[in-house]
Formats: sequence, structure tokens, C-alpha cells
Amino acid sequence: MINTSATIAGVSFKNPIVMASGTFGFGREYGRLYDVSLLGGISGKGLTLHAKAGNPGIRVYETPSGMLNSVGLENPGVEAFLAKELPYWETLDTARIVNLGGNTLADYVLGAELIQRDADARLLAGNPAVDMIELNISCPNVKEGGIAFGIKTPAAQEVVRAVRAATSLPLAVKLSPNAEDIAEMAVMCEAEGADAVSLINTISGMKIDVRRRRSVFNNLYAGLSGPAIKPVALRMVHQVSRRVSIPVIGMGGITSATDIIEFIMAGATVIQVGTYNFMNLRAGSTLVEELQQFMKEENISSLDEIRGIV
Amino acid sequence: MATVISNERLAEGVYHLAVEGGNSGEMGQFYMLRAWGAYPLLSRPLSIHQVNDNGVEFLYHVVGEGTEILAGLNPGDPVELEGPFGTGFPQVEGKVALVGGGIGIAPLYYCAQKLPGSDIYLGFSREPFRTEAFRPLAAELTVDVGGLILDSVDFSAYDHIFVCGPHPMLKAAQLKGTAADSAGKRPDVYLSLENRMACGIGACLVCSVSCKDGQRKACADGPVFLAEEVLFHD
Repeated sequence: MINTSATIAGVSFKNPIVMASGTFGFGREYGRLYDVSLLGGISGKGLTLHAKAGNPGIRVYETPSGMLNSVGLENPGVEAFLAKELPYWETLDTARIVNLGGNTLADYVLGAELIQRDADARLLAGNPAVDMIELNISCPNVKEGGIAFGIKTPAAQEVVRAVRAATSLPLAVKLSPNAEDIAEMAVMCEAEGADAVSLINTISGMKIDVRRRRSVFNNLYAGLSGPAIKPVALRMVHQVSRRVSIPVIGMGGITSATDIIEFIMAGATVIQVGTYNFMNLRAGSTLVEELQQFMKEENISSLDEIRGIV
Repeated sequence: MATVISNERLAEGVYHLAVEGGNSGEMGQFYMLRAWGAYPLLSRPLSIHQVNDNGVEFLYHVVGEGTEILAGLNPGDPVELEGPFGTGFPQVEGKVALVGGGIGIAPLYYCAQKLPGSDIYLGFSREPFRTEAFRPLAAELTVDVGGLILDSVDFSAYDHIFVCGPHPMLKAAQLKGTAADSAGKRPDVYLSLENRMACGIGACLVCSVSCKDGQRKACADGPVFLAEEVLFHD
């Protein structure tokens, strides 16, 4: 019997495959293609307190083995999510993670409070609620907030501390590879009471249209994701998992069972799949199957056997 | 997995691809196609040119690495198809004009089959293609090379106008729809938008379109929109 399960702050994941924020909507679209309850978890589209229209102009550009995106956190806002999307999540048998962004410290706190209040009411009524908040202090595509909080540890500390005080839900903090010192950032998160850290968000990148002599993106820079960033992500997960005792949620360019195993061997408790969802719309079900197969072939009965062994 | 039946070059950089596999779809919907491994990363959205009993056909223009690979496909080659996706043109009654510019004629062939008796307007900046296939389906066929096909269309003569073509043409069609409105006859003008996509199913928000009622998704809410709903920024 192969055991792929993992637990983070009391939240059970039936397998380590979690869909990454921004690549999976709220799961509904992929739910038409396969049973998303097969997944370990879903991290929903990044939310801000109020609805956001996102960035104008080109929002995606392919690069060798990667993709630059400049979506800019287009989202319906926390309240619309709770009213319109969470009822769908209730029907799913998978860990429900809300990814929370913000423009200001107050936005983060108010957003977290709304989510907490909703979770309290749902749990009181005996209904499933949000299982975890993933705090996004690392979106490179928004001018205010986002990455501004994710580069310098003192600025991040202020956000983590305020959100930690605003919610008792399990809290993961999503870290940026653009942080000045990602390991120091993770240590700070643990000290401030975060239950996990997830990494890495996209790497800030650029593409120039040489004929038009300008960046293809209105925002100049964009976030690089996909297989191109996997070696960097893996190294950072390895570094961070050696510095903290809270679980690490690893992500960056995962497209196969062996990629998942690499991240687990580097120390990740669960992993997230992002850009691969665009390369293979059935990425979730493909990976669940491949992981079982790989573990069988390699005689791995539980991921605990190999976690952090490198 | 689908299989290539034929992949015929029609003009400079323009191909007609027929595959056996997917055999469903409404006019104006699209499929995500992929005939490669990990790179290029994203699949390519191609609108349905025609659906037949055992497969689906596409017209495409070679613009980058993905479509270049598609152009090299031979009969028997495998191709991955996901779809049909999107909200296409509505089934309408009344007098209809189908207006296509360049590769924008692609989705209109299926419309012409579903809406017999439509007037069809096809515009090309250079070498025309596929025009003779449209002829038996049209009440009247107008082909223009080198000019502006919209100049040939009297918007006040129609109840419904379906337009697909380059961005400036769509903007111009929106303006002509508004002008016809003020002239008394108000056609419903539908535009099929083209946009970069990553997922094609409404999850990634890469293909957002600014509309009067907020941000909509070209892949799921569109690619077909009522012209009056779309806000063109440039």
C-alpha cells in the first residue's frame, strides 16, 4: 500500500499534489475535465480585499522552457470569492487553500478577517470551510503591495505578524525568489507563527520586442515560471527546509513525478503545480497517477521515507 | 489524441489542417492544439473551420514556433486536441452578413454552413485563399484584395453581422455598428476576438478582455462578444 499523504498544521493532504495559485482558477474549469477531488489540494486564484482588473496589454509571453506572465492579480475580491466560489469548494474532497494578496497592510488584515469570520460561521454550521490561508507577499506583477512586501524581511515581517494576529486558520506564507535572503525570510515567518512557507513564486523577468524597441509588457517586467525555473526553485526549497522546522510547500516548474520526488527529497512536505496546468490541462490527474506508478517502481511506500534525504 | 488527415498549404504561411478525432463544436468555438512535447510551453488555440462526421478542420496562419510546427505536420501524425472551448456565435434568424479579414475567415466557414443564405464578405491584404469553398454557401460572395472589406458592407442592410479579423478591423466594425444604429437600422454586431491564451478554459486570466461590465475572458466568455460590450483601449 503506497501512502502519499501529508499533513500541514492539522490539514490533511491525500497526496502532495496541490494546484498553484493563479494557474487553476478556483478549480471549476478543470473540474469539467477531471475529478479535482483526486488532488491533494487547491490554492485558489490570488485574492485581494477588493476586486482587481489586473494589468492591461500583453499578459503572457513564452520563453525557452518557461513563461512570463503579467496578469497582475485580476480577481473578484475576497467577498465575491466567499459568496460565489467557496460553495463549489464545499463540494470537493481536497484541501482548500485561499491565496491572499493585498495592496496595503490594512487590506491584508481585513481580507484575513473576512476569511476567518466566514470560516467560523461555516464550521459552526458544520460545513467545510477554508483549510488554510496562503499569504502572497510575492506577486511581482502589481505595483503596490505584492512584491514590495516580499523583498525585504522587515516589511514582510509586518504583514505576517498582522495577518497572524487576524486569523487562527493555518497560515502559509508564499515567498519570492526575488527576496534579498529567502532563507532569512522563511526563518522570520516561522518566528512570527506561520505554519508553513511556500516557495517559490515567479522570478522577475523581461522580454523586449526589438522591432518596437520596448518591453512586450506594459509593466516592463513580468513573472517567469515553468520548467526553466525548476533548478532555482529546488535549490531554494533545499536551503529553506534546512533552516526552518515548519513544513515547506515546494513549487517551480514541476511537470513530472520525478520532479515531485526531487522537491520532496529536497525537503518539501507537499508541492504545487502551476504552469504545467497550461501545458497539460489534465496535469493533476496525470501526476497523481504517475506519482503512484513511480513510487511503486522505486519501492517507496511513503513519502516520509525520502523527505529531505538529500 | 487525434490524427492528422491532411495539412494543405493554401497561401503564403496559410494552412488548412484536417484531423480525425474531435468531432464536436459550435460555430465560433475553438480547440487547443498541441503537436509537440514540453516546448513551446503553451498549446495553440485554433478556431473551428468546420466539423464533420469524424473530425474537425482548422485554418491557421504561421506566426510563431507553435504554428510553424503545425505547418510541418503530415497525414498520420498525432496531434493533441482539447476542446471544443469557448462561447461562439449565436444561432440567429434574419439577414446575416459574415465578414472575415485574412485568417479571420477561419471560423466563418462553419457559420456559413450553419446559416445558409448569408452574404459573405472576405477581405485579404495579399493572396486570397479558400474563397471558392465559400461560394456555394453564400447568397452573395464579395472578395476584396488589398482594400478594406468593411467598406463593402452596408451595416444597415443586415439584422446580424459576424466579424472576425485583425484588431483594427474589429474596432472599425464596432464603429460601423454604432453608426448604423444612429442611422435607424440596428444590426447585432458580433466580434470574434483573438487573444494570447495559456489555459484556454478560463482559469489563468491571461486573455482578459475589457468590457462594459468589467473584465471578461476571451476563452470562456468569448471569443465571440457583442461589439457594443467590448472596450477597445488602443
